[in-house]
Amino acid sequence: MSMVHVSARVNGDAVEFLCDSRETLLDVLRDRLALTGAKEGCGTGDCGACSVIFNGRLVASCLVLGAEAEGAEIETVEGMADGEKLHPLQQKIIEHAALQCGICTPGILIAARALLAKNPDPNEKEIRYWLAGNLCRCTGYDKIIRAIQDAAAEMREEA
Amino acid sequence: MAKVKVHLWSALRAHAGGAEAVEVEARNIGQMLDALRARYPGLAPALDAGVSVSIDGRIIAASLTEPVAPGQEIYLMQRLKGG
Amino acid sequence: MALDEGKDVKGGHDAREYDHEGEFRHVGTRPDRPDGVDKVTGRARFGADAYAPGMLHAAILRSPHAHARILKIDTSRAEALEGVKAVVTRADFASGLEGEDWNILENIMAGEKALYDGHAIAAVAATSKFIARDALELIEVEYEILPHVTDVDEAMQPGAPVIREGAAEPGVPEGMHPNVVRYHESGHGDVEAGFAEADLVIERHFTTEATHQGYIEPHACLAQMGPDGRGELWCTTQGHWNVQKLCAKLLGVEASAIRVTASEIGGGFGGKTTVFIEPVAMALARKTGRPVKLVMSREEVFRASGPTSSASMDVRIGMKKDGTMTAAEGTFRLQGGAFPYAPMEFTAMCAFACYDLKHVRQRGFDVMTNRPKQAAYRAPGSPMAAFAVESVVDELCQKLGLDPIEVRLKNAAREGTRASYGPTYPRIGLVETLEAARAHPHYCAPLGPNQGRGVSCGFWFNFGGETSVTLALSMDGTAQIAVGTPDIGGSRASMALMAAEELGIPYEDVRVTIADTASLGYNEISHGSRVTYASGLAVIKAARDAKRKLIARAADKWGIDPEAVEWRDGAAHPAGENAGDFEPLSIKEICAEMGATGGPIAGHYEATPEGAGVSFATHIVDAELDPETGKTTILRYTVVQDAGKAVHPSYVEGQFQGGAAQGIGWALNEEYIYGEDGRLQNPGFLDYRIPVASDLPMIDTVIVEVPNPGHPYGVRGVGETSICPPLAAVANAVSNAAGLRLRQLPMRPARILEALEAKADGEG
Repeated sequence: MSMVHVSARVNGDAVEFLCDSRETLLDVLRDRLALTGAKEGCGTGDCGACSVIFNGRLVASCLVLGAEAEGAEIETVEGMADGEKLHPLQQKIIEHAALQCGICTPGILIAARALLAKNPDPNEKEIRYWLAGNLCRCTGYDKIIRAIQDAAAEMREEA
Repeated sequence: MAKVKVHLWSALRAHAGGAEAVEVEARNIGQMLDALRARYPGLAPALDAGVSVSIDGRIIAASLTEPVAPGQEIYLMQRLKGG
Repeated sequence: MALDEGKDVKGGHDAREYDHEGEFRHVGTRPDRPDGVDKVTGRARFGADAYAPGMLHAAILRSPHAHARILKIDTSRAEALEGVKAVVTRADFASGLEGEDWNILENIMAGEKALYDGHAIAAVAATSKFIARDALELIEVEYEILPHVTDVDEAMQPGAPVIREGAAEPGVPEGMHPNVVRYHESGHGDVEAGFAEADLVIERHFTTEATHQGYIEPHACLAQMGPDGRGELWCTTQGHWNVQKLCAKLLGVEASAIRVTASEIGGGFGGKTTVFIEPVAMALARKTGRPVKLVMSREEVFRASGPTSSASMDVRIGMKKDGTMTAAEGTFRLQGGAFPYAPMEFTAMCAFACYDLKHVRQRGFDVMTNRPKQAAYRAPGSPMAAFAVESVVDELCQKLGLDPIEVRLKNAAREGTRASYGPTYPRIGLVETLEAARAHPHYCAPLGPNQGRGVSCGFWFNFGGETSVTLALSMDGTAQIAVGTPDIGGSRASMALMAAEELGIPYEDVRVTIADTASLGYNEISHGSRVTYASGLAVIKAARDAKRKLIARAADKWGIDPEAVEWRDGAAHPAGENAGDFEPLSIKEICAEMGATGGPIAGHYEATPEGAGVSFATHIVDAELDPETGKTTILRYTVVQDAGKAVHPSYVEGQFQGGAAQGIGWALNEEYIYGEDGRLQNPGFLDYRIPVASDLPMIDTVIVEVPNPGHPYGVRGVGETSICPPLAAVANAVSNAAGLRLRQLPMRPARILEALEAKADGEG
């Protein structure tokens, strides 16, 4: 079976990989690039655990083919912290105990960062609708919403 | 050895002559269950499938060495399991 | 604080474990969880995040039929496919198993019959996941399709297809269909006499659908097994010792031949308390001699793991005009799939556990159907019982014009009450939760049009179980704890807090690791709300064991009796007549010299704590009904629950909120839908809709603390009880919003519209 050769940029680093034409971007990130932060919860774009930023857009990486990544800029949870310094969203998720098992957390973080890039001061309802594609089965979302609001406030102050 | 009174759940009673509670000689839960098996062989499958025991309101999920004594309120319960 | 003697380390069967005096220093605070950074950076490794050199990928062929005899499986074409390394079927597993071991094997790999849509038939290991999937299509299976039944009531009818002849256990009443495999009956008093004393008796029929635990992480594992018969397994599980035990039995090897490491776990809720794919991956690894990775798809998770039982229930309760309950009776029929052990006895025992009843009787039926083997789901069996019972209590309150909390307080079980399931309650916290709910501003907040408020109580047994912990001190005086209970919801933080409390050292000086099966004694599964209770108790006892050793070192150094040394603020102090004779020795000072003063210092605990204590909650919910669409919106939600003692209050609140959210999903949206063909119609998150962020409001919490006498700090398990009240609370809110009483869950919009139309027809 012939493989597709792809060059892309992930979290700022140039990457090259060969992939099967049936492989998703999520498969490639996890199985070929060893970036297992994005998770497969459903494989059908319903759970959001595989959320990444693809050319500036929030996508479910299980719905993007690896071969489509040619020339793309991709951001994953592994690129969120700045060296030793966590992103404010990461810090606030921990402080607010806004995770229990943590499997949805990478997707929530990526989705929340995309939201705050568009809307630095979202209200509760805006956060809830933005995150409607990111399933969390543990928390009931309460602490996640609070953590995102708190992080947004801190980021506004820093800006 | 002293006798303890053991309350049975309803489905067990048919195997113990219909009694709601029976008395057996035992110093701990293990001895109590063995005595029940010996006296009422029909109880064995249910006891082997796993039982918990309530002693004076405290539910003992698994321990066979937990002491039992006359005058205590002792209930057999189906083995507890959670999620 | 007084130090225990050695007996606690060995046994610990005394119910009166509670011994805390004074203020807590660490317990009750809210520090960052120790694994927080791992979880927010993608570094935490979950089940599917493991890889090995030379690894093969596995896939499982599943039955498309609800019930069929397997006449022939031909794997030759699959085996001939380039890249396929092995195919396994039932013949590759142990024979001669009995009881639940046989049931589990039968569930993970079909024998003579396919028993439900999704039942595993064969599995393939290949050099890529695509080849493995392609190979499945080359396996030829000849089926003889049999009639099927998926509904619990239909499965009990004469003439219903028999799932398994001779499966019924002793005690099932004469004349029942062979699908009824177990029976439970309990209670006390004379219910008919009790009903005769009532001013109003209401009897109603209820149904709840099967729901799935819905953990976001599918089952996943990586197995290795060499020709020496020894293997290693990495998997996502709530209990890796149980996985070890079951894999050993199903593969026909000794338990110690398999070392199991628990990955980080992406949710379990009971659904990861057993095995599904792990023995299959091990069998493929054994056959190929190579590492095998096996990950379920979401569709497989729905079709072949979990779910909970569906239920058909009848509940009858009598009440006097003043709100006194005079008698209660319930019949609970649960299907647990094509296997015995639906948790119907818990449904029956939990049903009336909140109430002080002179006359009470409950019956349970365990029924087999052509569905996947039910697995535990958060307080298994209890939520459906609470739905039925608390709905009838609410209807009685409505008809008699009584306040639902006052009525519950009037009848509430308390210390000394004879529980509906038999024994007499020790100190319990139901009344305290009701009083806190009544005092909460939510309870008297105004409501708008089409809005209603619902209240419900809930009950669950908690659990102790086999527990082993080692606490090893480092040369620098920091502590490393090895526990055997996977951290499902932040338990590392609770463990570290309790160790810090006991040793008098900073929280940051404690590191908590989930040890593999080769590194500790047996640990019961993380289930039954047992982790913070049992592993927590074990951590405290292990810390006390270490503390005794630290004290002995100080006493030796000073040349005085250990009895004359006390431990406080992380240091040994000479006490009594020696007080002030020596400078205190800190844990750091003692540990720095440990090698020269007697060797390494560690504390241990191995026992089965038996003082878990039962748990109660009261929930309040406001719901609004859209009369145009039938959609129910949850406006406000408050959880009040007894935690005994909240070790890390944020994670206790999280358990309360998570249970409420799952209960709301069960009430409004979630259900397994089977077609006429016996196939699951909605095996995906699009059609099996769990609550999303925009479906829920903030969930308020009140932590009540009635100390559990069975734990040194008074801790009770908190994980499960929170899912018990929401089903009824939401149904009661809907009823109060629109004068509708829905007795079938879920209350999806179509069902509500239908009820609204029926009501309008009735009135018109």
